[in-house]
Amino acid sequence: MSLSSLQLCLLFSSALFCLGLMAALSRSNTILVLLGVELMLNAANVNFIAFWRYGPNPEAATGVVFVLFAIAVAAAEAAVGLALVIAIYRHQKNIRLQEATRLKG
Amino acid sequence: MSLSVQLLWLIPALPLLAAVVGTLAPRGEFKLSASTAIAALTLSFLLSCGALITALADPSAHLTSNFTWFDLGHGAVRLGWLLDPLTALMCVMVTFVGLLIFVFSTGYMRDDANAKQFFCFLSLFAAAMLGLIIANSLLLLFVCWELVGLASYLLIGFWFHKPEAAAAAKKAFITTRIGDLGLLLGLLWLYDSTGTLLLYDEGQGVLDPVVLAGLGGSTAIGLLIFCGAVGKSGQFPLHVWLPDAMEGPTPVSALIHAATMVAAGVFLMARVFPLLTPDALIVIAFTGAITALLGALIACAQSDLKRILAFSTVSQLGYMMLAIGVGSWVAAIFHLLTHAFFKALLFLGAGSVIHAAHHEQDIRALGGLRGPMKTTFVTFAIGMMALAGVPFLFSGFWSKEAVLHAAHGWGFSQIPFYAGLVAVVLTAFYMTRLVAEVFFGHPRGNGAAHAHENTAAMTLPLGLLAACTILLGAIGTPWWPWLQRTLDPEFLSEPGGAGLMATSIVLVALGLGAGWALYGRKLRQKSAAADPLAVIAPRAFAFLAARMKFDKLYAATFGRLSDTLAACADALDRHVWDGVVRLLARLGRFTGLVNREADEEGLNAGFDATSESIRATAKAYSRAHTGDAHGYLLMIAFGFVVLVFAVLVGGGR
Amino acid sequence: MMALILIALVTLASAAAAMLLRNLIHSALLLTASWAGLAAFYLWAGAEFVAFAQVLVYVGAISMVVLFAVLLTRPPQPMPVTPPNTLGRALVALITGGAVLGVFIGAIVSSPLPATAAPAPTVSVKQLGLELAGRHAGALLIVGALLTVALLGAVVLAATDREPVGASLDDVRGRPPGTPLQKSGDAP
Repeated sequence: MSLSSLQLCLLFSSALFCLGLMAALSRSNTILVLLGVELMLNAANVNFIAFWRYGPNPEAATGVVFVLFAIAVAAAEAAVGLALVIAIYRHQKNIRLQEATRLKG
Repeated sequence: MSLSVQLLWLIPALPLLAAVVGTLAPRGEFKLSASTAIAALTLSFLLSCGALITALADPSAHLTSNFTWFDLGHGAVRLGWLLDPLTALMCVMVTFVGLLIFVFSTGYMRDDANAKQFFCFLSLFAAAMLGLIIANSLLLLFVCWELVGLASYLLIGFWFHKPEAAAAAKKAFITTRIGDLGLLLGLLWLYDSTGTLLLYDEGQGVLDPVVLAGLGGSTAIGLLIFCGAVGKSGQFPLHVWLPDAMEGPTPVSALIHAATMVAAGVFLMARVFPLLTPDALIVIAFTGAITALLGALIACAQSDLKRILAFSTVSQLGYMMLAIGVGSWVAAIFHLLTHAFFKALLFLGAGSVIHAAHHEQDIRALGGLRGPMKTTFVTFAIGMMALAGVPFLFSGFWSKEAVLHAAHGWGFSQIPFYAGLVAVVLTAFYMTRLVAEVFFGHPRGNGAAHAHENTAAMTLPLGLLAACTILLGAIGTPWWPWLQRTLDPEFLSEPGGAGLMATSIVLVALGLGAGWALYGRKLRQKSAAADPLAVIAPRAFAFLAARMKFDKLYAATFGRLSDTLAACADALDRHVWDGVVRLLARLGRFTGLVNREADEEGLNAGFDATSESIRATAKAYSRAHTGDAHGYLLMIAFGFVVLVFAVLVGGGR
Repeated sequence: MMALILIALVTLASAAAAMLLRNLIHSALLLTASWAGLAAFYLWAGAEFVAFAQVLVYVGAISMVVLFAVLLTRPPQPMPVTPPNTLGRALVALITGGAVLGVFIGAIVSSPLPATAAPAPTVSVKQLGLELAGRHAGALLIVGALLTVALLGAVVLAATDREPVGASLDDVRGRPPGTPLQKSGDAP
């Protein structure tokens, strides 16, 4: 089998995404769940860069700009998410995601 | 100083203001209330004089000031003020007589606990009466008419703790209301025919010739309006309330039930005179003649001082109506004006006597007051002679002469004229009787024995009124009919009344002589002694003393009819309507029960079931909503895989 | 090509280790390594500016924030080593992740992707700056606002309340039903 570079990049990003997904699904520590989500976001960024690199129109830096915005948003998300983690910790003295169900209907 | 027609409303507004002030004044503030009322009426009097000056500048003009009260769908209800010599003269008369009576009242009502209210009511009455006079709209006139009735009710019943006073107030109110219903119907009919109730409106008012010419059914309208006048002016068959109204304080009797209010009916008829057709005038003339004769007859046999005067008022009002009926409304107004003064004088004189004699009103128990009450006697005698028609010096003679003259010249019938002549004799007779009984002889009762002259507040108005009574005759004599010409520029003074005048003088002399022969020659010794007239004709006297049994007749007919109707209505109510109502109620209850059952069993259950199922669904959803972030994420991933497979298997591409 | 594979392997390995380790500090450090690997990938792909941004934001900033969060949320008593359902959940996660990965791989392999090995395009910083300040100026502004709001929100969320409302709520919740509120524990 012969894989092109683009396919390789995509496989890399898929693997990274599924790693993040599995982590988010399995771990009970909220911080780690958050980091898993963060990994999934990074995988998406990898995809953007890969398609920009091997896409039909690499001169237009659209993919790069998009990734830049995604990083900014991810930074914001991380900040808010971790702040939420701290808030949860203050409420329930631990950060087990399973127990953070107080807001359910 | 003249008053423009636009400011005419000030004349009634001032007393109204005084009434308001009096109402708001604290209880027992007699002085404040009285002085406000007197001040307001004084100002009104001055303004009325101004209005008179304006009106006299052009006597034939009808100055108006109309304005729109509110808009209806198709037209507007318009009110207005009217200024012509009739209005101005009436205003001056009402304010002047009213003023004197107000002053008299300060003396008469001094000791009454509710004197403050008394002045309030008097001011209210004055405002309403003046409003009635200046109204250029029959609607406004009607409103004031009813207000006058209200004030009259309040004042007759002023001593409401006396059952007779309360009953008299009620009687007056209800009796006049019967006439007012006719008046209201007449006004509605008139409005329906002409589309306006304004009297003069630049050619569009009901009294303007153009509108008058196109008016149909005018006889009925005139008679309906006359119904109101019958009620208010105490004409036969509705005269019964007027004598009873004497239960009120004497100044009230003087002001309302002698001088002004009862004259409102005459004023109204004079005002709408152009509306009246010859047929209507015949009815009016005969009504007036009957009333004049009837009042005079009954007055001969009464023993209550004020009742005698009341019946004489009825009789004199009959004269005025007679004059209207025979077509000489100027004579009616002339008699109205002179009568207002001398009757107010007589009533105030009677009030003075009653006040001095500690509220003794029975002439049989009075007597001998000539000595202690000189001023009252002299003034009362002047009034009596004016009323009786003693020639030349007194105004009553001239105005009565004018009425008789007009009646004599009436083409339709001479019966009213002869009735008037008989009434002349009777008037002279009963007035002589009254004076002889009250002022001559010696006191026959406790009250009369200790009587003494009253204060200046009471004697001063008497003097002024007496002076006016004498002087006022000068303005309407056949040689110088100033009043008649002013009121009616087309008035023609007809010569050749000398024979009539002589007849009338003879008749007056006859009446006076008969009275003196019966009562003056042999003065009454004891209050219980029989009346000389009763000795001569006991049955007739008893009949007259019972006021010709009108009250009994009404009680036996209308009263019983009303009782029967009431009983019928009661029975209907109790048995028929009540049953129907009960049935309806049962039906309602039954329907309610059915509704309730349907509600609870059907609708409520349906709603309950719906909401219950909604709750259950919501609970199920809520259970699915675990709050477990892992679960959500899992579902998303799982859903993604499933969707991809679905697309692949379903061949979405 | 080899460089790409190497970078991918390092990144994936460190990420997997970070997710598997029980010690959170180690996890955080390994994740930083993984992010650094991603930065290397961006460099390899020719997006230098993105690589720098990745280093600055993730390796520099977010890792520090994560470390702080980890240190701030130390449980008072050690968490139970193996929560009862951890194993089952791990299995479910593995299956789901595998399924998703399978879908991805299937899609990537079966898709007719352009196989051109073009030379790496270069995007100068100036060009990027022009792009950001030109076509995407509105987005840039919005992102700035978003970051500000996120910063404020994070501060509000993480700030300590003077009165720990949550604690008292926990007390109420943990109380057996029917116990009056006032006499909590210090009644004689």
